Amino acid sequence: MRTDADVIDALVGITPGSPLDAIRARRPEARAHAQATYRALFAPESPGNVSAQERFAVGAFVAGVHGATAIADCYAERLAESGASAALKEAIDAAVKEARTNGPYGRYPAGPLSREDTAGSSYRVGAAIRRTLGPRLAAAFEHTHMLVFHPRDAAPAALQALLDAGWSTTDIVTLSQIVAFLSFQIRVIVGLRTLAGRP
Amino acid sequence: MTTPTAFTRAQLDWLPWLEPLAADEMTERHMASLVDAARVKSPYFRLLARDPDALEARTRTDKDIFYNADAGLPRAERELAAAATSRFNGCLYCASVHARHAATYSKREADVDRLLDAGVTADLGERWNAIVAASVALTATPSAFGPEHVDRLRRAGLDDLAIADVIHAAAFFNWANRLMLSLGEPAATAKP
Repeated sequence: MRTDADVIDALVGITPGSPLDAIRARRPEARAHAQATYRALFAPESPGNVSAQERFAVGAFVAGVHGATAIADCYAERLAESGASAALKEAIDAAVKEARTNGPYGRYPAGPLSREDTAGSSYRVGAAIRRTLGPRLAAAFEHTHMLVFHPRDAAPAALQALLDAGWSTTDIVTLSQIVAFLSFQIRVIVGLRTLAGRP
Repeated sequence: MTTPTAFTRAQLDWLPWLEPLAADEMTERHMASLVDAARVKSPYFRLLARDPDALEARTRTDKDIFYNADAGLPRAERELAAAATSRFNGCLYCASVHARHAATYSKREADVDRLLDAGVTADLGERWNAIVAASVALTATPSAFGPEHVDRLRRAGLDDLAIADVIHAAAFFNWANRLMLSLGEPAATAKP
């Protein structure tokens, strides 16, 4: 997976001239800017305080907990290229195993919607994995799990935990965009792949 | 200001939990990332402008998915997919905006209100039911979207471009809901 090749096309398996190529060509801005978002988040011109390794580690974790194996492999490959250790890759794989669940769940503000409250866990990174991830990435994974599986449980305390772990306000915006964008990218890939498999 | 406790088509405010950029500290790059200059009034967009390249690409993706009028799914039903996704994820703010748009473009206020009040299993007629079911299946993590959803959408009269529009609209709101839910909260203006 290279930053100049269209990631969605590559992971869906869209070839020039195919029916899905024609469909994506009808929404050219969406196609170009989904890829531009990928570049902005994973090959940024000004990366600020969020390292390439952190970006790809979160990417591999998000795709992993979605059960999207081929997509997770693709982010893991970029993570390795960014110079990450094999130990970090193993820690991410272990975190995916302990964090996977089914979403969306969570609570609503007290009132008529409380009857729709669905219980589910908040993820805490295990001690052994935390030692490899370090406090900053461990905090990011805990936040990422909430964003992926139970975003309606979001609260200011979750952002404070990131600030306490060394994420600045701007870093948090970037981290949130990475997780939220991947929630989009993964679903477009899954959806279009399903459509392509039903000619 | 009060915290809304039910889904609504009424106009809500959104209050950030993190500090947006101040309008007077925004550079040309920050301003350009808003795409529409009027968005400088919005604390949500001024907060996202802290990563301007990501914001600008996000906004241009959003606009093409929802506003591109070249065939495919009618605007009302792209908004329906956005509202259903937001209802299922539990984003009261996003649901309010897109339920309002779905009602405006479809003129089916009662059906939109049924989706908001009863949730994503409400009976809205087969075509809308198929769009809501596909959006919900794609929104589940891990995804529950399968060939049966494609078949049902086709039986309801959608061609493949329209089905791709359902996929993109639902997928996009999995992006938008997570930002809106986690960086701030909705607020209702208290009735006088």
